[in-house]
Amino acid sequence: MTETITTIEEQLKTLMQEAGTAVAAATDVAAVEDIRVRYLGKKGALTEQLKNLGKLSPEERPRAGAIVNQAKEALQEKLGARKQQLQTAARDNQLSREVVDVTLPGRGVRQGGPHPIMRTLERLETLFTRMGFAVADGPEIEDDYHNFEALNIPANHPSRAMHDTFYFDAHRLLRTHTSPVQIRYMEQHKPPLRVIAPGRVYRCDSDVTHTPMFHQIEGLMVDEDVSFADLKGVLGDFLMQFFEKSLKLRFRPSHFPFTEPSAEVDISCVICGAKGCRVCKNTGWLEVLGCGMVHPEVFRHVGIDSERWSGFAFGLGVERLAMLRYGVNDIRLFYENDLRFLQQFK
Amino acid sequence: MKLSEKWLREWVSPRLDRKALADRLTMAGLEVGAMEPVAPKLDKVVVGRIESITAHPSADKLRLCRVGIGKDKTLDIVCGAANAAIGMLAPVALEGATLPNGMKIRHTEIRGVASYGMLCSAQELGLAESADGLLALDDDAKPGASLTEYLGLDDVSLEVDLTPNRGDCLSVAGLARELAAITGAKIKSHAIKPAKPRHRQRITVKLDAQQDCPHYIGRVLTGINSHAVTPMWMKEKLRRSGIRSIHPVVDITNYAMIELGQPMHAFDLSKIRGSIHVRHAAKNESLVLLDGNRLTPKPGSLLIADDVQPLALAGIMGGMDSAVSNTTSDLFLESAWFRPETISVRSREHGLQTESSYRFERGVDPALQRLAMERATSLLLAVVGGKPGPLVEQTVKRHLPRISPVSLRLERISKLLGLDIPAKDVENILKRLGMKLRKAGNKWTVTPPSHRFDIGREVDLIEEIARIHGYDRLPSRRPRMEMAASPVPESDVGESRLRSGLIDRDYQEIVTYSFVDPAIQTLVDPQVPPAKLANPISAEMAVMRTSLWPGLLQTILYNQNRQQTRARFFEMGGVFLPQGQNFHQEAMLAGATYGEAMAEQWGLPRRLIDFHDTKADVEALLALAGIEQNVHFQPGQHPALHPGQTAEIQLEGSRIGLIGVLHPEVQSRLGLDRPVVLFELKLSALRNGKIPNFHEFSRFPSIRRDLAILVEESTPAQTVLDCVQKAAGGLLVNLELFDEYRGKGIDSGRKSLALGLTLQDSSRTLNEDDVERVLAEVMSALKSRLGAQPRQ
Repeated sequence: MTETITTIEEQLKTLMQEAGTAVAAATDVAAVEDIRVRYLGKKGALTEQLKNLGKLSPEERPRAGAIVNQAKEALQEKLGARKQQLQTAARDNQLSREVVDVTLPGRGVRQGGPHPIMRTLERLETLFTRMGFAVADGPEIEDDYHNFEALNIPANHPSRAMHDTFYFDAHRLLRTHTSPVQIRYMEQHKPPLRVIAPGRVYRCDSDVTHTPMFHQIEGLMVDEDVSFADLKGVLGDFLMQFFEKSLKLRFRPSHFPFTEPSAEVDISCVICGAKGCRVCKNTGWLEVLGCGMVHPEVFRHVGIDSERWSGFAFGLGVERLAMLRYGVNDIRLFYENDLRFLQQFK
Repeated sequence: MKLSEKWLREWVSPRLDRKALADRLTMAGLEVGAMEPVAPKLDKVVVGRIESITAHPSADKLRLCRVGIGKDKTLDIVCGAANAAIGMLAPVALEGATLPNGMKIRHTEIRGVASYGMLCSAQELGLAESADGLLALDDDAKPGASLTEYLGLDDVSLEVDLTPNRGDCLSVAGLARELAAITGAKIKSHAIKPAKPRHRQRITVKLDAQQDCPHYIGRVLTGINSHAVTPMWMKEKLRRSGIRSIHPVVDITNYAMIELGQPMHAFDLSKIRGSIHVRHAAKNESLVLLDGNRLTPKPGSLLIADDVQPLALAGIMGGMDSAVSNTTSDLFLESAWFRPETISVRSREHGLQTESSYRFERGVDPALQRLAMERATSLLLAVVGGKPGPLVEQTVKRHLPRISPVSLRLERISKLLGLDIPAKDVENILKRLGMKLRKAGNKWTVTPPSHRFDIGREVDLIEEIARIHGYDRLPSRRPRMEMAASPVPESDVGESRLRSGLIDRDYQEIVTYSFVDPAIQTLVDPQVPPAKLANPISAEMAVMRTSLWPGLLQTILYNQNRQQTRARFFEMGGVFLPQGQNFHQEAMLAGATYGEAMAEQWGLPRRLIDFHDTKADVEALLALAGIEQNVHFQPGQHPALHPGQTAEIQLEGSRIGLIGVLHPEVQSRLGLDRPVVLFELKLSALRNGKIPNFHEFSRFPSIRRDLAILVEESTPAQTVLDCVQKAAGGLLVNLELFDEYRGKGIDSGRKSLALGLTLQDSSRTLNEDDVERVLAEVMSALKSRLGAQPRQ
């Protein structure tokens, strides 16, 4: 029995129908691959058809070959399309199974925070160093000379009583202010100089508005032509930048043994906008720092000629500034170190 | 210094309202800290005169008073006060009045008798804390007049916070003088006439401590009226200065002090035996003071004594025995000048701060004593009568403060203030302050008045000029300065970066007191004796910390007691270590971790923090500082730490810190529920790191081999790593310890370690032989040096 084109065509038609049904029924990529092997593999049904071409007459072979190749290509295409379709479906399926709850919180190390006083101190240091001030420090256990004597506060001066000093013995004490660093710095450095000295200070006083330890920043600028006008300029600039607000400033005459003229600086109340509140005791003003021109007696103690050099010094309370800046209403909170307080200053 | 605004205005009254006046004082350096009304609002309270008194028909303690309130009007008022008397003038609250305690006055029936108003005590009117009966008014009170008007109650007490250099303003006269200088208003004259002696009785005064008391004035006043009372106006002025009325004589010396600034004292003449001696205390003397306390004066204390015994602690407080009383008929008055330092030392030494010591230690005008004596005498004559004797005056001029002329240069004013001020303005200001000037070119010789003993230098005068000119009118400018680079040492990572490093690893910074509880200090650092404060604020804050751990542990405890179960704290600050006779301050960085290793969260197993969790934080700090390569952790010991979980942190052989788990014993004694891991590092070591130095790295592939070995349990991992490092030689570019295991499957007493070795050559690709050779060398070194075996 010889094959004819007609039988080949009929067989092809049947095979293609079977294959089509199989492709449509395939549910995964592996099934599609099986079909490809079954029909297009080395021993596949369509491949077998090509082998049968030899049985045709030479005239019929080219046409029959073309028909078989057409069928193969058609099946290839079908298989490809189905495979693509199944892959997409599989990916979609995988993605839908991988949905996470994006509202769950992130996992891992949490963020700690600085102490508000340190946060404030860092900011203050940045402000002053950008103005060209160096940063110095000094011992917290001080001697009587640097804490008082050299600052023109002789023994029995009424100012000493206001300092509530912690003593170790007749000569050693906990510094009551950062001003002794002025003296130590001027003992070591020749003018011109600009320096701040941040640090802990101590006074034997503890109540609603006082803690026995607190922080100050001392500032000092000495040059040949430094005047009270420079003091006003520098502190005015500094306070505006610290509070990031346009403030009214008030320099009020005061008295410190180590400066003359001396002043206390008030700013318009940042809590109530100078309308009057509990914090400013209804005055509209807040006292924020003390300052003045370096006293000639202080210069004499450190061997600086007060006829040639002049300078200003200031001291500010860091707790006070932090309280105003962050609205903290009780100074004692700073040293209770309650996490519920500290965590508000991340 | 507290005083009535009205009293001040009796001396000088610039055309300024109350608030503006206070502002001017404040802006001249005399800070008005408070302005308190001297009385509550008292509407419908008038002066009444008790015309008649009849008994209450049904109550023994109540009486019915008919009270005249002017213009022939009378009211029937039921009253319970014992001192109600016919003819008495007293305040009456009329119907419709509201008293400060909220009581509304209306006509009422008291036990069956109608009452139309209320006779009041000082307390009921808010004029005193307590009162004994009705407020008796002076005879010049007119029935029907408003009480507020009669007593001048529309007044405020000015609280002036004076700086220590301005003792001259501690009086009405002193403040008035200053206010006149500030505002240019004229001061009203208060001429005082010296009293004419009416007898010759006197007491000899001997100054035996001339430096401490170089000037003393005394006077005898005989035959005073012991029934006299202090006039209402004086009581009111004193009250507005915060001074209680005690006895007319005492009230008058207080009045003279507030008015003029000179503290005075009055003795009962009958108690003085012989002469008055102003002398230093001898040993074993004693004296009962006016406050009722017996005082043993310290040697050197300044006393006022008679021939027999001490009478008063000079300038500070009088004695009980010689005090004026209701039976006193003759007085000895004292008006003296005491050296400020003496009073300051003695008043602090004895813990006695009085109105008198406060003024003397700030300095009283040495020219004031006679004036004050005459003022007190004339007030006494007016109020208690009597006959004045002659003044007894002792003066040692050389010990009195001398006012010296000060020279002032115009160009110095502009140099210091940055202000160009005309010479005539300078002169005007100084003259207003009572200074005498002599001009020579652009210089002056200035002589301050006797009360301005605070002025002794040119800058003192410049401050006065700035003050009166007005600080707010001084110029302001931005300084011009040289632009010079300042050092930025790269080897110092800086505190700020270390702080951020820990914060980013979930640490909360704290700041704790530098003085700590000695009990906790001893528990945590028993071997180092701390610096002890001589006058601690409390027993719990008595010694200086030698470690930051006490503060960290107390903070954990504080938060644990507030339901916090997890905390990671650090602090940077000084500790104080003994060094010979002195104390060395060392800046430290310390941390404490407590509770869960990680903050509670989903998807992570919960477990407590341990040594190695915290060690990683320390290693991160060392890496930030650039010293991690040079640091070793060695097993160590510390009395407060777990003996098996403590390491010394060593940098090139010297100890820079410690890390360890708090000893369970210490933990339980502190009352901490869970273990704490602590570390502490010297900041100086962290702030002196290496600057990065680039090394060439190989471009050839590396090979990784893992090694599992068994070693003695007691062999430190570091020893194994060091051994591997040494044996492997230069090809080893990385070494990881990725597992440690003890337990099932391993002989007891041994542990398994898993090591990852990464090998690489800088000039070629390594082959299998190279790798095997290195591993064999490593394994043989581990065997021979540490008795290690490969784990099967």
